[in-house]
Amino acid sequence: MTLSKLAIKNIRKSIKDYSIYFFTLVIGVIIFYVFNAIESQTIALSVSRRSYETIELMNQFLSTVSIFVAIVLGGLIIYASRFLIKRRNKEFGVYLTLGMSKRKMSVMLFFETLLIGAISLGIGLVLGVAVSQLMSVMVANSFEADMTRFTFVFSPKAAVKSCIYFGIMYVVVIIFNTISVGKCKLIDLLHGDKKSERMSLKNPVLCAVIFLIAAAILGFAYYRMIHILKMNNVNQVGFVLLMGAVSTFFIFWSLSGMMLTLFRGMKGVFFKKLNSFTLRQFSYKANTMVVSMTVICLMLLLTIVLLGTAFSLSRSLNGNIKNLLKTDVYLYKGIDVSGEATEENSEILADLAENGFGKENFSDIVDYYVYCEEGLTEKAYCGDYLEEIKKNYLFIRDENLLMLIKESDYNEIAKLLGQKEIDLEGEEYAIVGNFQPAIDVRNKLLSEKKSIIVNGHELSPKYDKCIVGMVSMIGTPSEEGAYIVPDDVLGEDMRVYERILANYREATDTEKAAMEEKLITILDALWDRDASITYKTREEIKDASTGLASMVTFISMYVGIIFLIASAAVLSLKELSESADNIKRYNVLRRIGTDEKMINGALFKQIGMFFIFPMLLACIHSVVGFKTASVILESMGAKQTVYSLMSTASVILVVYGGYFVLTYFTSKRIIKG
Amino acid sequence: MENTEILKIENIEKYYGSKSSLTKALNGISFSVEKGEYVAIMGASGSGKTTLLNCISTIDKVSSGHIYVGGKDITKLKGNALNKFRREELGFVFQDFNLLDTMTAYENIALALSIQGVKPHLIETKINGIAKNLGIDEVLKKYPYQMSGGQKQRVAAARAIITEPKLILADEPTGALDSKSAKMLLESFKYLNEDINATILMVTHDAFTASYAKRVIFIKDGKLFNEITKGDKSRKEFFDDIISIVSLLGGDQSDAL
Repeated sequence: MTLSKLAIKNIRKSIKDYSIYFFTLVIGVIIFYVFNAIESQTIALSVSRRSYETIELMNQFLSTVSIFVAIVLGGLIIYASRFLIKRRNKEFGVYLTLGMSKRKMSVMLFFETLLIGAISLGIGLVLGVAVSQLMSVMVANSFEADMTRFTFVFSPKAAVKSCIYFGIMYVVVIIFNTISVGKCKLIDLLHGDKKSERMSLKNPVLCAVIFLIAAAILGFAYYRMIHILKMNNVNQVGFVLLMGAVSTFFIFWSLSGMMLTLFRGMKGVFFKKLNSFTLRQFSYKANTMVVSMTVICLMLLLTIVLLGTAFSLSRSLNGNIKNLLKTDVYLYKGIDVSGEATEENSEILADLAENGFGKENFSDIVDYYVYCEEGLTEKAYCGDYLEEIKKNYLFIRDENLLMLIKESDYNEIAKLLGQKEIDLEGEEYAIVGNFQPAIDVRNKLLSEKKSIIVNGHELSPKYDKCIVGMVSMIGTPSEEGAYIVPDDVLGEDMRVYERILANYREATDTEKAAMEEKLITILDALWDRDASITYKTREEIKDASTGLASMVTFISMYVGIIFLIASAAVLSLKELSESADNIKRYNVLRRIGTDEKMINGALFKQIGMFFIFPMLLACIHSVVGFKTASVILESMGAKQTVYSLMSTASVILVVYGGYFVLTYFTSKRIIKG
Repeated sequence: MENTEILKIENIEKYYGSKSSLTKALNGISFSVEKGEYVAIMGASGSGKTTLLNCISTIDKVSSGHIYVGGKDITKLKGNALNKFRREELGFVFQDFNLLDTMTAYENIALALSIQGVKPHLIETKINGIAKNLGIDEVLKKYPYQMSGGQKQRVAAARAIITEPKLILADEPTGALDSKSAKMLLESFKYLNEDINATILMVTHDAFTASYAKRVIFIKDGKLFNEITKGDKSRKEFFDDIISIVSLLGGDQSDAL
């Protein structure tokens, strides 16, 4: 029999041991292909010119992240293959006894790796192509591309890349296998399972004490983290994270002893059915897996936060587009405060008309000015409260002047944007805004009846709350506050900006796009001539924010899912790695007459505890993790949503749950002997 | 007599292999064991004694014939009924102890009761009672790796008797023990048999071990070869009788000693 035939027979024989390894390889290939295929999919999309730039950037990021992902997967595959080699020590021992050379054994392992690698790569790529069709719908959605012409996309580039990367990983596995075969000793191979039965036992009281201390430190770390977020004091973050990681380690270190103490106290539970056995099994294994459980818990934490944040970001940004972008175009230009009537100072519309873009091209149009009162700064208005805004928003400055807008102008804006109109009576003012941290502070001042002096008039607040809305067009809710005042208190000399919010007259999207192209050409030409009109269009903001959202979403999903697979696979392999000992134990149970149902139940609980505990602690961690993430999200105008939590949970349930079920069934098959 | 008969074996046969190369591990064996008896089964390696024990303990199935335990034909049992039979009617002592290495002696013994659904508060009194009599009350809190072979085997014996089975099956119980430990274990078996009236069926190829039993059944090549009872003889005399039969058995004597 040739070595390659032997390799094939071996794989067939130990197919049940290989299932987790194989599953991991296939999922790895699928994920790798799907995310690398995004590039080809985005090229096939008909998106705007600006989207292409974002897509380009995203694809570069995905490529870079792929290298990192390949390293993680490579480590995982080496780990898994080492597990398989260990499982087969006895088989190798027999080969050596029969006179097979180590070199031949390496060749045999080479064939095995090659075969498994080729099959998993093949299956992974086929499934990857299928999954990537679903992904292309998601990609198109997030770039708001036209999906009417759905095409089947196969990315040869991604396929070749997957083959190369996984090829390299397999080569590394083969090298590792050769080294480990070269180093192994016959005696260890044949008697590897007869290791000493000595168990590391921990003092249960010490465990309980350590557990409580670790839990207390963890609680303190949570508290500090939330505090840091409030104080915006970033330099302590490292220490707090370390504190969290160390206490996580000690929680797992003491968990099994702690549980044992707890349950042994409850004799009614402990001595019921196989509970004592299950708990003993768990605590025995948990003692040998403290480091892995800690690392897995932290990886799961990252997964949960990455996935959750990614989903909420894409959803909120897409929501923002619907809610915040209500006009086609927004133009503004600074007014020269010297008041000289230069070309720059001429009105925007006049500039445009001069260059061939008449007012008639717009259907709805609001043309208004922003005024400022000298000395009426954020510091003057907010006083000590300003520090509170700064905690959440670093860009606000003491000397920023308050933005003043005429009541009549605002009401026109309100009509166009569908916001609440204002009716000021006499010497009154109101505030419009939607940037929550600033709004909160201004609401406080409004309820305190804080008045402002504009052009000699003392104005008192009309409402005790800000009106939620905006006076310009920004892709995120970041209007810090516009002060609406009676028309007659503002003088022409107080103008600082002219602004225009408008819609194009054209009805269809294509016509609108053509009109926008024309407008932008003119505006760009004007910019070059120093008549600087700044423009923002709905399409441009949309592209930028969806581009950003998609980029962050895809990359977070990529990394998150890889971490998830890595942690689940390691747990699974750890659980299966001692199946030889388990066979012995479960056979004892059978001999003393335990029902199969009870045995399966015990196995299920035992494996379940292994999967649940790291996940449970990761979920608790993630509450604070999400709090941290929402600070970043808020600055991008996004919020955590129930939807994103549900999506995260379902991804985790499918992948993690899949590994759990697979581990349970593989384990069940192994203990059946 | 009928109602005191715990085990009745009727002409059982066990074949291995295919039709072309048939091995008869058991070839028409019949005997019975009364309540409160202490029977040893002796034979050389390959004589079929372990197969016989496996068939009685339902770990293996007979090819033909019947085995009755307490009047019930166990060759007809299947699935969970088998497990139920095993945990309620039988107690096991194995050569390699078969204790669970992750659990203390106490928990190992308790497990036999837990899987029967015995109420947890009853477990403690039962274990403490038996542990004292078997001299293992000192090691109850220890793990198997912390105990000597003899202690382990006595814990296994406690686990076997704690459920008050109809029949205790012991497979080479002294096989892995030194002579002192073996003696202590056999004294424990004697206590179980004489003081709490346990019925014991023990497979061994050691004449010294067998001499503790009240009756010894010899098998050779899957068939009953001979049978002797201790009667009023001293253990030394009984031992000599056993040795003389063992030499009649032929085969490899050193293996039988």
